[in-house]
Amino acid sequence: MSLGSPDDAGTPTDPTGVPPTDRRKLALACVCLAIPVVALLGVPSYAREDPSIGGIPFFFWYQFLWVFLCSGLTWTAYLLTRSARRGGRR
Amino acid sequence: MTGPLVDRPLAQVTDSSVNTTALVVLVALFLVVTVLGFLASRWRRAESLDSLDEWGLGGRKFGTWVTWFLLGGDLYTAYTFVAVPAAMFSLGAVAGFFAVPYTIILYPIIFLFMARLWSVSHRHGYVTTADFVRGRYDDRHLSLAVSVTGFVATMPYIALQLVGIQAVLEVAGVGGGDNIIAQDAPLLIAFAVLAAYTYSSGLRAPAIIAFVKDALIYVVIIVAVIYLPSQVGGWDDIFGAAQDKMATPNPDTGAPTGSFIPGDGQMWAYATLGLGSAMALFMYPHSVTASLSSGSRDTIRRNAAILPAYSFVLGLLALLGWVAIAAGTDVTGLDGEKNPQLVVPQLFEDFFPDWFVGVAFAAIAIGALVPAAIMSIAAANTFSRNIYKEWLKKDATPQQEAKVSKLMSLVVKAFALVFVLTLDKQNAINFQLLGGIWILQTFPAIVFSLYTRWFHRKALLGGWAVGMVYGTVEAYQVSSAATDHFGGSLAEIPGLGDMGYIAITAFSLNLVVTVLLTLLLHALQVPNGRDATTAGDYYADAGDPRVDSDLAAADPLAVEPDLPGGRDGGDAGTAR
Repeated sequence: MSLGSPDDAGTPTDPTGVPPTDRRKLALACVCLAIPVVALLGVPSYAREDPSIGGIPFFFWYQFLWVFLCSGLTWTAYLLTRSARRGGRR
Repeated sequence: MTGPLVDRPLAQVTDSSVNTTALVVLVALFLVVTVLGFLASRWRRAESLDSLDEWGLGGRKFGTWVTWFLLGGDLYTAYTFVAVPAAMFSLGAVAGFFAVPYTIILYPIIFLFMARLWSVSHRHGYVTTADFVRGRYDDRHLSLAVSVTGFVATMPYIALQLVGIQAVLEVAGVGGGDNIIAQDAPLLIAFAVLAAYTYSSGLRAPAIIAFVKDALIYVVIIVAVIYLPSQVGGWDDIFGAAQDKMATPNPDTGAPTGSFIPGDGQMWAYATLGLGSAMALFMYPHSVTASLSSGSRDTIRRNAAILPAYSFVLGLLALLGWVAIAAGTDVTGLDGEKNPQLVVPQLFEDFFPDWFVGVAFAAIAIGALVPAAIMSIAAANTFSRNIYKEWLKKDATPQQEAKVSKLMSLVVKAFALVFVLTLDKQNAINFQLLGGIWILQTFPAIVFSLYTRWFHRKALLGGWAVGMVYGTVEAYQVSSAATDHFGGSLAEIPGLGDMGYIAITAFSLNLVVTVLLTLLLHALQVPNGRDATTAGDYYADAGDPRVDSDLAAADPLAVEPDLPGGRDGGDAGTAR
């Protein structure tokens, strides 16, 4: 049922079993994950009424918007971590 | 709390008569999920359900979509669906809408550590977080602290699922009243049925039922959010009515009723409630159980990207609490007292045709069954693995473990039922509040240990103890209009002056104590236990063989397939 996760026989090269890793991509993935956390914990940056959209104050629609942004950033982080562990292993 | 002070354009008379059509629909849908629950044991059938891997984790092979429904059904509980709009309705955004940032920042956090927990658990056959801590430090006491905290925090959570069912039944016109037997019979029947199919099908039952629950929830909420605002004058009027109500002084205290948008002095409260709840959620055994039942390391990461769909629905649901303010919903219960937890069921009964009310009620009632089943399984696994096997019967076979788990799942549910029926409901809410504070204190031992063994096991235990005591005392001292103690989750943050979530303050203290004790113990060269895991274990994926450890699968007599489902290569067995 999983979406085509390659369970192929990638053999770890490191004797400890840690797969080879592109650290820059991993760091970039961490940035993607940190953005929504920082944005939403900075409450004073969005605790206001204006501009409202269709009668919905900024405070509310802005947080709804982050549902989608966070989802997109998390998916980006997922793709980055996959690509960071090269060789198609994970 | 104060009554609605806004105009009531559509004020409804609460009628206490039985809504027959709604009840028939509710019962019909309940029967459907009951049949599904029993049939679930045949789904992806295992040779035997007599092991925790099969009964308690559904074979550890759920794919992305099954996991999505299962985790969604597990995390977004009926109590959440009742309590969040109730908090919006009576206290406003800080008390209620924090659920939205909470369930957003949750996913980056679990993206980071859950894949590591999945891998190491897959490799060593861990079923609970306490199993992992045991393997990481070879420390029975730290493992016991983690398991007891998880167990105790989960119990009131199960009890609160009953509160969700009760709210629905009360608005539908059954329950309440004087006759104790008639009052509680529907709840007893519902729970007996739940207990029976959980016992026979294990985690497969809630996994199947979650499909029905989540589909119903999505339909009901989306219909409500599209239809209701136009009936009460549009979003402008809804937010206007909410703003008026929240600004109105409470006659008892003279302070405003609640918060419309977090103001000065409420920023920390809003942020710490979101952060603390997000960090705590995946420390609960039921979240871990649902995560470990997934079939591969990436399943959980893909889910971190698609689970926020539920957060969107939760946000809409929160706003229904304010739609109810504009609609002038009357939350007087059958006992004549005002009960904000009736707000969403009552709102539906006031505005929708009876058959749709039945669907909505079924969504909430079935929504209680899924998490209640998973929580009881998770609590039972924790008991059998980390208390029964670790302390009472060390040579227990996997079959015996599974049997204890099955029986324990019944005991846990019976306890929850007694809890709700005999004690004041407020007790369950108090303990749930405390549970959230307590469970966060296991975060360092679990999450930090996934990355490093720098922290000393005794220091983690010490930090945990300090956090537990501090959090409990602080929560005890919070008074509100309704209760003298356990009146809320917020207390003044020492040194800052603003209010904040007690769990985060306790966690910070926990962390300071853990670091200081670690430095001390390392300086004294106190041994830090033996580590059963290796660096590579934290990257293992489906298909990698399981290693024998002193915990799971240690019994040579157990004819346990190395990993169920046949996804492993033939090289299963002892890796080193």
